[in-house]
Amino acid sequence: MTTSPVTPYRRLNITLTNLLAWVVLIALALPAVWIVLTAFRPAAEINASPPVIIPRELTLDAFETMFGLNPDVRQRVPVESYLANSLFVAATSTVVSLIAGTLAGYAFARFRFRFHTAAFLAIMFSRSIPGVALSLPLFLLFVRLGLVNNVVGLAFVYVAINIPFTVWLMDGFFRQIPYDLTEAAYIDGCSYWQAFWRVNLPLAVPGLTTAGIFAFLASWNEFQIANVVTRSVSARTFPPGLFSFTEQFTFDWRGMCAMSVLMMIPAIVFVILTQRNLVRGLTFGAVKG
Amino acid sequence: MSTQTTSLPPAELSGQPVPRRGRIGPRWFPVLMIIPSFVLIVVVTGFPLLYSVYVSLTPYNLLRPDTLAIDLANPFGNYITLVNDPVFRDALLNTIIFLAVTVNLEYVLALGLSQLLARVTVGQSILRTLLMIPMMFAPILVGFQFRWFFNAQAGLVNNILLSIGLIQEPIAWLVDEPLGMISIMTATIWMNLPVTTIILLAGTLSLPHEVFEAADVDGASGWQKFVRITFPMLAPFTFIALTIRSLDVARAFDIVRIMTDGGPAHRTELIWTYVTRLAIESNQFGLGSAMALITVFISLAFTVYFFRQLVKARIVQ
Repeated sequence: MTTSPVTPYRRLNITLTNLLAWVVLIALALPAVWIVLTAFRPAAEINASPPVIIPRELTLDAFETMFGLNPDVRQRVPVESYLANSLFVAATSTVVSLIAGTLAGYAFARFRFRFHTAAFLAIMFSRSIPGVALSLPLFLLFVRLGLVNNVVGLAFVYVAINIPFTVWLMDGFFRQIPYDLTEAAYIDGCSYWQAFWRVNLPLAVPGLTTAGIFAFLASWNEFQIANVVTRSVSARTFPPGLFSFTEQFTFDWRGMCAMSVLMMIPAIVFVILTQRNLVRGLTFGAVKG
Repeated sequence: MSTQTTSLPPAELSGQPVPRRGRIGPRWFPVLMIIPSFVLIVVVTGFPLLYSVYVSLTPYNLLRPDTLAIDLANPFGNYITLVNDPVFRDALLNTIIFLAVTVNLEYVLALGLSQLLARVTVGQSILRTLLMIPMMFAPILVGFQFRWFFNAQAGLVNNILLSIGLIQEPIAWLVDEPLGMISIMTATIWMNLPVTTIILLAGTLSLPHEVFEAADVDGASGWQKFVRITFPMLAPFTFIALTIRSLDVARAFDIVRIMTDGGPAHRTELIWTYVTRLAIESNQFGLGSAMALITVFISLAFTVYFFRQLVKARIVQ
């Protein structure tokens, strides 16, 4: 960061900084690594005391049991159903909230109009309503509308929950695209819509990806509302399914770890994909308005 | 969040080009673009919230449909019940302590970690990947993970402590007071640390070099540079991080629900778990809705506060 001369004192300082950073971050990552390792451990190692740090062998037993490939275990969790529901809800809500949120984000980024700030804030603040608070009236309304245990109803809720963050991100991404391009499009005879669709949107694809990933993960991970409005196994998504697993059976820690690993797959893929955009997406606009 | 004016048009006013084609003018185009989002939010959050206000004024019990009517003699009965409910008061106090401790501690830790990471010379990208690992965990998974680690019999923490002889008897992490609360706070901080750190790190790396070089010339110490330059200049990033964080303070619910569910004997009861206990488990939707609205108020207050700080910090810059 600085250009001061490298003295022995400074060299020691750098070494200590590196060492400390590595120790802290390994400690931070360790709990997660432990969960993943446990999912692949032989059963005997799970509660061994003292703990077996590095597994002596890796096995897929836990996953076979989870998907019903182990004939000895009759009672099991309907993971396929949870997975299918979660995928459906997360995918549809992501697509719809991305469409609606991108349109709104563009309007906020490119136009001045009455109630511009008020409308933007109203949309943002709607995001801070806790899921717990929302789940009660939604449950009562869903009972009347016959939407309880309906994945479409749940997806609909997630669309609205994901819109604010999508609007925020897209507003920021559109602002980064130089306005000259839009101006040039107008001069060349584009309408407002064409300037959006043909000029700005293609340039905002990286932003679209980031926003989509955030929306997908938010829906994929949502627990509070899903737990209240989906009661039947056929409609449950993964998080409430995992939760009911902890309530029903005697605790199968390894089985839980295997389910956790399964549930983490989209997040792992997305975090790897977006490492760079993630930071930019969250922080632009911090310094320049 | 970008709300103040930038170099963008009110098209006709500034003599900038406007489209000659297209039937929709500058007045209606943005409105039409916003309408889908607005309608969806009103339908899914606005209307239910209003309905919730109505329900909170009734003594509604799910098992007795006739109770869904405002008792005109005592419309605020639920709120009065809550104020006089010692469990509610404890839950509220717990929630305030929980938020104060986690948000502050998280910020301080993230600040330290971001400064450390900004100076690392060996394996930067590996370290950043390690930092992102907790982000892959859904809140419910974070809760499960720490429920397991802090489990008295099967938990890793006790297992390690017993093995190396630091303790002789297993500690009931999730049961004893105040260990239960501390366990929950640990899980929450673990979950939220990465995002805050990443934002502060991005901020630190974007600070102009010239300022630090000037400080070096003046012979400033590392600590002085941090206190006088880095920390104040990070203000917008600090408030971005805190605004994002304030949007989901209630996500701690997932963690608590699976770790202790507010127990034992309400020791780790937070306002969010108490809502669930009253409404979903005891069917008292009237009372539950009244309390749910209080949680909305808390979350909004947080968000509005940090957002205003964010706007202020940006204007100073």
